[in-house]
Amino acid sequence: MLIVMLIPVILMVMFGFAISTEVNNINIAVVAPERTGAVKDVVGRIAHNDYFTFYGYIDQDQIDKKLRSGKVSVVAVFASNFDRRMEQISAGLPSKPVIQFIVDASNVNTASASIAYLQSILPGTASQQAMFETRMLFNPQMKSAYNFVPGIMGLIFILVCAIMTSVSIVREKEVGTMEVLLVSPVRPVKIVFAKMIPYFVISCVILVMILLLAHYLLDVPMSGGVWGIFSLSLLYLFLSLSLGLLISTVTKTQVAALLISAMVMLVPVLLLSGIIFPIENFPKFFELLSNIIPARWYIAAIRKMMIQGAALAAVWKEGTVLLGMTAVFIGVSLKKFNDKLE
Amino acid sequence: MDVIEVSGLSKSFGKVKALDSVSFSVKRGELFGLIGPDGAGKTTLFRLLTTLLNPGTGTASIDGLDIIKDYLKIRSRVGYMPGRFSLYPDLTVEENLIFFASLFGVKVEDSYDLVAPIYKQIEPFRTRQAGKLSGGMKQKLALSCALIHHPSVLFLDEPTTGIDAVSRGELWDMLQKLKEKGITILVSTPYMDEASLCDRIALCNEGRILGIDSPQGIVEKFNLKLYAIRADNMFTLLEAARQVEGVAECYPFGQTHHLIADEKFDIHRFTEQLEALSNLTIKPTKPAIEDVFIKLMKQ
Amino acid sequence: MSKTVISVRNLTKRFGNFTAVNNISFDVYRGEIFGFLGANGAGKTTAMRMLCGLSYPTSGSGTVAGFDITREGEMIKRHIGYMSQRFSLYNDLTVGENIKLFAAIYGLSKQNTGKRTDELLDRLNFSSERNTLVGSLPLGWKQKLAFAIATVHRPEVVFLDEPTSGVDPITRRQFWEMIYEAAEGGTTIFVTTHYMDEAEYCSRVSIMVDGEVRALDTPARLQQQFAAESMNEVFRTLARDAERGE
Repeated sequence: MLIVMLIPVILMVMFGFAISTEVNNINIAVVAPERTGAVKDVVGRIAHNDYFTFYGYIDQDQIDKKLRSGKVSVVAVFASNFDRRMEQISAGLPSKPVIQFIVDASNVNTASASIAYLQSILPGTASQQAMFETRMLFNPQMKSAYNFVPGIMGLIFILVCAIMTSVSIVREKEVGTMEVLLVSPVRPVKIVFAKMIPYFVISCVILVMILLLAHYLLDVPMSGGVWGIFSLSLLYLFLSLSLGLLISTVTKTQVAALLISAMVMLVPVLLLSGIIFPIENFPKFFELLSNIIPARWYIAAIRKMMIQGAALAAVWKEGTVLLGMTAVFIGVSLKKFNDKLE
Repeated sequence: MDVIEVSGLSKSFGKVKALDSVSFSVKRGELFGLIGPDGAGKTTLFRLLTTLLNPGTGTASIDGLDIIKDYLKIRSRVGYMPGRFSLYPDLTVEENLIFFASLFGVKVEDSYDLVAPIYKQIEPFRTRQAGKLSGGMKQKLALSCALIHHPSVLFLDEPTTGIDAVSRGELWDMLQKLKEKGITILVSTPYMDEASLCDRIALCNEGRILGIDSPQGIVEKFNLKLYAIRADNMFTLLEAARQVEGVAECYPFGQTHHLIADEKFDIHRFTEQLEALSNLTIKPTKPAIEDVFIKLMKQ
Repeated sequence: MSKTVISVRNLTKRFGNFTAVNNISFDVYRGEIFGFLGANGAGKTTAMRMLCGLSYPTSGSGTVAGFDITREGEMIKRHIGYMSQRFSLYNDLTVGENIKLFAAIYGLSKQNTGKRTDELLDRLNFSSERNTLVGSLPLGWKQKLAFAIATVHRPEVVFLDEPTSGVDPITRRQFWEMIYEAAEGGTTIFVTTHYMDEAEYCSRVSIMVDGEVRALDTPARLQQQFAAESMNEVFRTLARDAERGE
């Protein structure tokens, strides 16, 4: 009952104040061969803007690494002899672009917002802005598919594995068959794992389907290697299954299992895992809270591997977190699981 | 040693004492009935004996195996049919049977001789989903599934609740046949009229056993003078009869009222005092299990 | 014979090709305790639904409490009471609140509700329990209260569905005593049940088999007619030849 009353309040507060689709705290790095006054002036404007966080000056050869690791989302590359070219431009003479913005477009929302902000804060009139050039990295066509495919994966596996598993085990309790199963030589752990297998198989099929569709239909690159994505997804499947098992051990009715799944899993996954709302913009509290959402780690890792081309080794942190969570879920549910009725 | 031995078994859920120091034993091959209303603790007792629950205090053993220590061994040699329908409604009749056989690691054919007399009755519907069977057929399937591993003891929790009188009769006939094959059966029922079909019965109420004996023995313990009375206006009769001297008790009992007489009772005086009632009849009658139950409850 | 409260003529209900209730006719008189028995699938529930105005007959006619079952279903619902062993009262409401709730459901005025509540509590000797939660009452009291509440709007007929199944013998007798009292007071009682034990308490009993009423008489005469020792035997003799299951 409390949950029913609490959830609307939390949702309202989260949407109203804490979470917004607006992008801010965009990390930007600068590459400038000469740090002249004019360059510093432009960098200063960017750094003082609320939307951007100035990461610092970096070298040309670090651009790819910084973007790939997700440390920065935009790199501004100033041309050499920036001052002279600016003068040419002011004088109305034709010139090559003087600043190149390299944008991580794996998240389409963030990318397009950054470009819009940058254009509005840089000096000069609209016509002069021809001298800026933007380059989209990882997702040059700004396809939104790149954005939602990892999110969908994070959601679907929780749905199929966790929710379906929990409900199907709880149904045995509700129908009364669990009572008969328990009074048989078959160990309950075996029963439970047997119940999980079909959902695991279904999820594997879904996984293969999603990967095929994403690659061939939506042209998602998977540049980080299919096997990496596959093994991380398998880990996430296990995690979802153990979460389902945990729910089924603590609930007695299908309705309760569904409620818990929806209220405690689905809503947070949708809101806090970065599927819809960028995590970077969360207030501190929700950012911390998002750390306990498994989907957040999975989606982040998959984004890196699918779109930015990170290898499995590059997402070791996310992988470790997921592994740890799986261990905790399995541990707790096995401890709570009981071959008696109380 | 008896097949089922229960000694001082108690179980509480929070403040509610579901079972209060219950003791009894069941001999091999006996059809033993637990007779009592809802809330008597029958289901709790079944769950304790089938090792689904641990007792608060007291001990019990099945086939010499302790229900706490040896619970895994007990599980492979008892058959259990819970009070509510507990088969897979979306599996067919046949699939349910095969599934339960595989749970116990046996093949359907291995114990087919035992199951056949019951299963044959539902075999014409073997491709029908279990959830779509009638109440009586569901019970037959559940019984078949409970027997598939050739258990030495069969626990049936209210198998006749919710099914019609014909199916109920058939079920009791089946239990008699199973008994003849040497299976020990513990069965519970809230219906007093089913008590006479058991070898021995325990009358239970509110977690306690009021009395244990053969149905015949239970009835013989009723040592009061009992009459059956009736008249056209049954309620008026009831109220009037209670006013007559020598009437210890009078309560409705099916088509008649049962009247318990004490030593001051005089049948002629009774009919005289109630002559205003039309079609009054009074005749001595034999006590039924229910009369004994009422008497024991009042003690 | 006294006044007819339920009267049914050639009542039939078909679902597609299946005739659930086949041409049944019977009368129930005021103050009777009428047992309505049948095996699973005999058409008992379908017939009951038509009598309560919940479903329309395919053909035939009937009246309950003076209202036509095809045209005046809503009026029938207002003039009958219903009590089942499974669902009766709200455990988390008090005795008084339960009465008030059902009085409101049946549209009693506020003034009438107060009067009726006092009257019912008084008759049950329950006045001291007005503010007790129903959940904490012993089963026997709950049952009496459930019956009293089923009569809160002074219905002419009360339908009882397996009223005493699973109840201890003493409570059971208290319940039947109350039913006898109500019946002698002029309320008609219509009992549906699986349990022949309960049938024995009825003044007259009808037994449905395969959608038809195969027997209708007092328990004593039925036993005589079928040379049976008990209603159970009568029922088994009749239902044994049933052609359809559920």
